[in-house]
Amino acid sequence: MIPIEPFDYGPVIAIFAMAAATYAMRAGGFWIMTHVPLTRRVSRMLAALPGSVIAATVLPIIARGGLAAVLAIGTAVLVMVVRRNDFLAVIAGMSVAAAARAAGL
Amino acid sequence: MKTTKSDQWSRADLELGARLALPVLPGLIAFALAVGAAAAAKGLSLLNSVLMNALVFAGASQLVALEVWPERLTIGAIAGLALVVATVNARILLITAALQPTFRDLPAWQLYPLLHITTDPAWLITMRAQRDGGSPLSIFLGASLVLVVAWMTASTAGYLFGALAGDPRRFGLDLVMPIFFATMLVPLWRGARKAIPWIAAGAVAVAVQQLFGGWYFVVAGAIAGCAIAGFIDDSD
Repeated sequence: MIPIEPFDYGPVIAIFAMAAATYAMRAGGFWIMTHVPLTRRVSRMLAALPGSVIAATVLPIIARGGLAAVLAIGTAVLVMVVRRNDFLAVIAGMSVAAAARAAGL
Repeated sequence: MKTTKSDQWSRADLELGARLALPVLPGLIAFALAVGAAAAAKGLSLLNSVLMNALVFAGASQLVALEVWPERLTIGAIAGLALVVATVNARILLITAALQPTFRDLPAWQLYPLLHITTDPAWLITMRAQRDGGSPLSIFLGASLVLVVAWMTASTAGYLFGALAGDPRRFGLDLVMPIFFATMLVPLWRGARKAIPWIAAGAVAVAVQQLFGGWYFVVAGAIAGCAIAGFIDDSD
């Protein structure tokens, strides 16, 4: 092995490798869509994507996170439906989350 | 789908994007503090930590990578880190795919830097505001600017203060991101029929998470939702 002291390039190389992997994902999705014709079906699939990503992220967290997650997320959605104010909804949800965790849920 | 020009510029929409990003900040700051503190705990230099936060710019993947950060950075270990990061960030493929119709007319010198700052909240905010008739590029940049500044500041502070960040679970801060995501479903609601893919996405994600663990459940669920949407005919 080549001695890498006093300056250690290892972390820098690792960071560049991680950055390249991440940028490949960011550019990759865009690149794929430049090669897929935007038919009605494809538009429909892309339109369903935001809600699908949210559902796929949030539901497993609720399933794992227990009652605190259910109460907090439920409260936030309810406030959003009633008031249509995302700031208020997030604050309400966070308050419930903090209270639920303080109560040991 | 409404046709909006991706290159039109609006200062009002830039400000709108910035304002819509504010509810994300408490969660993002708590998360950034944790990522910065984790980098310090693993013995990275401040410069390396800042470099990672700027160049990778994907917090969840960085946190996972730092959790498995090896003592000795061999070629194999570095390839492993890159693979872990690619896995956690695979969902970004779908996000920039969804943004392609919006940003496809941008010149390359704008597009490639713009793709680098793509995040889940900026994307969701842009999709939502675009439906209300805003300029997507201005909204995206406004939201992203707020997120980038908050991310870099808080992650650096997290590195410097290290253990002071504490356990985000104690105050429920770990739930802020899912709370924000869930509230974004409300303005996206277009009737029960359009929500069928969401239910499929959620069900598949829960199943994959229970069966396999790991980070693939978001991607698996999102692809399931997309596939279902492809088979539901337009009613409008």
